[in-house]
Amino acid sequence: MIRYAGNAAALRALVRDQEVHRDVYVSEEVFQLEMEHMFPNSWVYVGHDSQVPNPGDYFGTTIGTQPVLLVRHTDGKVHVLHNRCPHKGTRITSETCGNTGKFFRCPYHAWSFKTDGSLLAIPLKKGYENTGFEQSHAAPGMAPVRHVRNYRGFVFAKINDGGLDFEEFFGESLSSFDNMIDRSPVGQLKVAGGVLRYMHNCNWKMLVENQTDTCHPMVAHESSAGTVVEVWKKAPPGTKKPMAVEIIAPFMSPYEFFENMGIRIWDNGHGHTGVHHSIHSDYSAVPGYFEKMKAAYGEARAKAILDENRHNTVYFPNIMIKGPIQLLRHFKPIAANKTLVESWTFQLVDAPDMLLERTLMYNRLINAPTSIVGHDDLEMYERAQEGLHSNGNEWVNLQRLYSPDEAGQTNVAVNGTSEWPMRHQFRAWTKFMTMGM
Amino acid sequence: MSMVADAPLKNAVPTDQELIDFVVSEARLIDQQRFDEWLDMYADDAFYWMPLEWNQTDPRLTCSLMYEDKLLLSIRVERLKGARTFSQKPKSRCHHVLQTPQVDSRDAATNNYVTWTPMHYLETRLDEQTLYAAWATHHLGVEHGRLKIKLKRVDLINCDAAFGNIQLFM
Repeated sequence: MIRYAGNAAALRALVRDQEVHRDVYVSEEVFQLEMEHMFPNSWVYVGHDSQVPNPGDYFGTTIGTQPVLLVRHTDGKVHVLHNRCPHKGTRITSETCGNTGKFFRCPYHAWSFKTDGSLLAIPLKKGYENTGFEQSHAAPGMAPVRHVRNYRGFVFAKINDGGLDFEEFFGESLSSFDNMIDRSPVGQLKVAGGVLRYMHNCNWKMLVENQTDTCHPMVAHESSAGTVVEVWKKAPPGTKKPMAVEIIAPFMSPYEFFENMGIRIWDNGHGHTGVHHSIHSDYSAVPGYFEKMKAAYGEARAKAILDENRHNTVYFPNIMIKGPIQLLRHFKPIAANKTLVESWTFQLVDAPDMLLERTLMYNRLINAPTSIVGHDDLEMYERAQEGLHSNGNEWVNLQRLYSPDEAGQTNVAVNGTSEWPMRHQFRAWTKFMTMGM
Repeated sequence: MSMVADAPLKNAVPTDQELIDFVVSEARLIDQQRFDEWLDMYADDAFYWMPLEWNQTDPRLTCSLMYEDKLLLSIRVERLKGARTFSQKPKSRCHHVLQTPQVDSRDAATNNYVTWTPMHYLETRLDEQTLYAAWATHHLGVEHGRLKIKLKRVDLINCDAAFGNIQLFM
């Protein structure tokens, strides 16, 4: 039964001030419309340019459910191409990443393309003479995603021509990227350590919302973080606190900790938790690191960079970054009830290895399919995905600390347990979903 | 039931059969969810390692699925007993099928014994049942007349695949 396609009013009605209808999580039709409208209307994260350092390097990923390639062209510029041969639709690359040399060659009929996507050659070219090929959809080659922006190494793309320009879309939220990058003494990040891939049987928005949900850690993670705290209590007095305990124990901080840490709201669904402090605030100093930062930036600036303790910054629609631990999570939609979570880690160029070691330990302990903290979260998402099929109540409540004058406000810092960021994400959802409809 | 896991060795140097029996009994303790006894098979400075990359050599600057010392392993075991461990309500169960472990190297002088065990591991919870294929490499040593695990490395054949929850021990 089609109820939402071409029906902007019906889609808008799914989002109310203080609650959203379950169809935003469970309806396959709504999911398809997200892929057709919301993702193409948004600036979506593609990858980091350190994944394609040399001409011919490519990396395959998705914008929504559309396969795309991040590729470094011969002139050094990074392009985003639809990963499809213009002939029969064959996916061009055989591996997720690699180097294609000076051109891509389709494995089916050997059509070849320059690394900016333009058509290079077709075998038996005479067969296309006098057929009007020049006017065909295939003639230009692999279709480029026209709107691409490389922000200090982080590549975003927008598929549709309409919508907001890059600066308008992100605004002040880019300061979280700046802070993460500035933590390198040379202001540069590099993807490092490998990517963790975790399959979730739930809607992608449940993961995005959870990044600013500060009322679940002490409840859902009592099993993991709570056990860490209990087991650690039994350590002989004076034992040096292990890095793993430093990382996991703060998840058990009380409500007051999260209330006081604050949440910042920006435009278009973006925002971050940890305005004043966060679960990352009390990590041990890494020997030699501050000295390098001081030499690079001067003491005051180095201190200002490292005193920023943003916890989770959500970039709508589907990534989250953790500046203080140099980590990016990509929530890739597959179906209404299926999401692939990729957790990427970054090395601070010219900083001590111990920082990368801590980043990787964090990723492993929190975001791996083998992580006990991850098990706590996924259990809740999957229970929600099932529970939402109950007809007892069709609405999901997002009311905590609601204020009638909040819509339209931006760049405000509020109580850290507010569900304002989720309401704000859904305002953006409606906007980009119905844009141009 | 007597188990090889806590049995003293007949001699100072373990026989191949004693190494093999020890590895087999480890899998049995996991399958029977006797996790406290299982933990006792590990030396105090032991590590349990599941690489994320094929042929991974570095557990420190390359991410792993697991690289856990005994403190973290004991936290996992305690967590499984927790009243509010919701992802284990109901509990997972698991099943190992091992090939006979092969003794790859033995060095009594440095107290290092390495075995290699191809295996299938099956984990189940609710209506879901998931099969994993892996190779377990055990680095063993003798402590106070008993064998202990110094390092257990589990290489999944599809280590870089996207998995759902893997909740117990392989």
